[in-house]
Amino acid sequence: MPKTQTLEIAPIFHKRLSDPLPVQIVLIGLTLLFFVGFIFLPLALVFAQAFSKGWEYYLESIREPYALEAVKLTLTTVAIVVPLNAFFGVTAAWAITKFNFRGKATLKTLLDLPFAVSPVIAGLIFVLLVGSRTPFGSWLGEQGIKIIFSTPGIVIATLFVTFPFVARELIPLMEAQGRDEEEAALTLGAKGWQIFGKITLPNIRWGLLYGMILCSARSIGEFGAVSVVSGHIRGQTNTIPLHVEILYSEYNFAASFAVASILVFLALLTVGVKVTLEKQFQKNSFHH
Amino acid sequence: MNLEWIKKTTIAASMILASGISGTIAQATAVTLLNVSYDPTRELYQSENAAFAQYWQKKTGQTLRIDQSHGGSGKQARAVIDGLEADVVTLALAFDIDAISDSKLLPANWQSRLPNNSTPYTSTIVFVVRKGNPKQIKTWDDIVKPGVSVITPNPKTSGGARWNYLAAWGYKQKQTGSAEQAKNFIKALYHNVPVLDTGARGSTLTFAQRGLGDVLLAWENEAHLILKEFGTDKFEIIAPAVSILAEPPVAVVDKNVTKHGTRKVAEAYLNFLYTPQAQDIIAQNSYRPRNPAALKKYAANFPGIKLFTLNEVFGNWRNAQKTHFNDGGVFDQIYTP
Amino acid sequence: MEFFQRKRRNILPGFGLSMGYTVFYLSAIVIVPLSMIFFNTIPMGWEPFLHAVTAPRVLASYRLSFSTALFAAVFDAIVGLLTAWVLVRYRFPGKQFLDALVDLPFALPTAVAGICFATLYSPVGWLGQTLIKYNIEIINSPTGIVVALIFIGFPFVVRTIQPVLEEVEHEIEEAAQCLGATRWQTFRKILLPHLFPALLTGSTLAFARGIGEYGSVIFIAGNLPMKTEIAPLMIMSKLDQFDYAGASAVALVLLLISFSMLLLLNAVQEWQQKEYR
Repeated sequence: MPKTQTLEIAPIFHKRLSDPLPVQIVLIGLTLLFFVGFIFLPLALVFAQAFSKGWEYYLESIREPYALEAVKLTLTTVAIVVPLNAFFGVTAAWAITKFNFRGKATLKTLLDLPFAVSPVIAGLIFVLLVGSRTPFGSWLGEQGIKIIFSTPGIVIATLFVTFPFVARELIPLMEAQGRDEEEAALTLGAKGWQIFGKITLPNIRWGLLYGMILCSARSIGEFGAVSVVSGHIRGQTNTIPLHVEILYSEYNFAASFAVASILVFLALLTVGVKVTLEKQFQKNSFHH
Repeated sequence: MNLEWIKKTTIAASMILASGISGTIAQATAVTLLNVSYDPTRELYQSENAAFAQYWQKKTGQTLRIDQSHGGSGKQARAVIDGLEADVVTLALAFDIDAISDSKLLPANWQSRLPNNSTPYTSTIVFVVRKGNPKQIKTWDDIVKPGVSVITPNPKTSGGARWNYLAAWGYKQKQTGSAEQAKNFIKALYHNVPVLDTGARGSTLTFAQRGLGDVLLAWENEAHLILKEFGTDKFEIIAPAVSILAEPPVAVVDKNVTKHGTRKVAEAYLNFLYTPQAQDIIAQNSYRPRNPAALKKYAANFPGIKLFTLNEVFGNWRNAQKTHFNDGGVFDQIYTP
Repeated sequence: MEFFQRKRRNILPGFGLSMGYTVFYLSAIVIVPLSMIFFNTIPMGWEPFLHAVTAPRVLASYRLSFSTALFAAVFDAIVGLLTAWVLVRYRFPGKQFLDALVDLPFALPTAVAGICFATLYSPVGWLGQTLIKYNIEIINSPTGIVVALIFIGFPFVVRTIQPVLEEVEHEIEEAAQCLGATRWQTFRKILLPHLFPALLTGSTLAFARGIGEYGSVIFIAGNLPMKTEIAPLMIMSKLDQFDYAGASAVALVLLLISFSMLLLLNAVQEWQQKEYR
């Protein structure tokens, strides 16, 4: 599917592309129905519980020191994980979509693998790798290097769980776009980095953005894998999801859901960033 | 929405964060202990830790911070085995600490190092029913009747659930003297179980918040907590005539205290749990204290149940685990068609 | 090193560098850690291994995990395509809000999601109250597992289709319509083949994720042996017996099955793309 030079299309043609109004209404209706059942209701429940003891209690719960420590740890993790995996995603997508080589399907499958691995296993493998039962782990322990049951462990487990997001987002996109544009630029004498910066990057910016949003959303919310490597020490190795669980287990439902609502806000914030960037792009570019 | 707005929000958010974080928790302290414990002890150790820190400061002048980690007993034991550097472990059953001693973190005779089998507090298994006891559940035999829905967690993943199971088995075996009858009893019991949550607190929520089941098998201390949290107008506790003496043990993890240089304070901490002051806190949290004075003081909370020990019926924990809960054990057999 | 395939040659720069880094990072974060499962299974020997992974309860749990994940993935494929279409093609009030909420299943910890659904569908919950009148039971049944997995997998499908749909050239569609194709024909013959790789990718990911999901499912499944016990729970219960080898064995089987399924789907996709080019 070569992407050809885009022609400026008169708005009148665009109009023909939109579906008839009744179709639109039905499709939007169906989507909304799904959202109500699967997204809005759980969300409403979170907020209903979060505010069940009133505003003041809500604010108190999210300003409590342990909750703030958890927020800090989660944000630190995201700040490390997202750039690393985004960089990897772009590199891997470039290698996979711009070249032909044997074993491509296998490589792509290996990239997907972390999705297929149960979060329980995702935590377990790092325990098996650097836990103190292993020679490597006990050597690390003697050097005073702590990996699992401290922040590095949480970061690594999150890296694993969110590993494929950016790559997986970019590969179908770049495959659909083909490589004609890049090759044309090459024949015109452009250098590798120029091609990437001037042609590929603008073409994949949405995919990259979506990938990074997903990656950060998932690293904010990851529970299973992190739970295995965290050690659950209050104020030290508790991420937001783990703190939510602790509060819930203490029958402190209002506080638990209040802290969970922070996660909802963080998710909305990432998408807010996306919307803003979209607007900026729209201003700067001609089409889209 | 524009960039300016995002910028402002981000700045505001980071300021709130920064002001909250600095200076709240991370104050330097002289000594730190890590107590790795199971789920229902959160409230208990919150009080005990405050009391001990005060005691320790008065005695030595050292400021002490005790970090807590809670979770399923088996998971917690595994974390310690895999390198979670607990100074002390306070778990739901001896089998889990045995597993830690198997990986050489503490000696095999750990349970004889402190009084009362290293269990400063005990508990037992009781029934929680809905107010008015609509199904008239009084004895163990009532819960296996057809049409009674029983909530108990999965013995494979929950320590509390294993005590529930062993209590039921022990009751029947002591009554009839037959292991075969006990097995049939257990089979009938789990036939009445619609959900096997992975932890004791999960079961409590299934029963109390989601309205499932007619009776919840629970630790006595959890039962009191349920009444406190969800209301005495909704639930009541039924004490069976016979039940098991659940002994959740405590131990110092030798290898870790040696590494941290915290042996003295860790040992003092566990010994403190046997003092009258600590025993009082234990009783306040509805655990059965070892100290007769404390037991007497809170006697209203602890109805006279005829308690048998695990060793009486099952020999020891390793044995019970192997026969009943390991793969292919009795618990698996009762689910095999 | 030059590979030839059809008429295409690799002329763009950066193959060695990008491939080298990809393989390095992949090994460090994924392959080496995952190989631990394999190494922990080896010492147990063939017989005990077979015994551990083919016990009736374990087999029942595979069946349950795979079938519920499949149902959920198919449902997600349909709803995900619909949602992506609506979000990209239409304008309506509140669209951006919907768009924002698509990622919620990722950001909300799986345990919270599980608790929410268990509460909603419980006999005293908002939805369960009504459903119980019609004798429909969602929690503590495979249906409940599917509900949780639909939620968990939903963003995968939407977010893989969305960028591709946004980049679709309007010209092709217009050309088709100029040539007299109906909207439906254009969709089926032009758009769907174009979107198909992304749709397949998205639902495969939802499926793969569904097989391994633990946190949300255990709250809603009921976890009864032979009936509603998922495969990851088998791993968990083996771990709680300190049976690391047994847990690794089940994990290994699960991993191999998922891996071959992903491999198959990727091969299909590759083939489909060649046809299409």
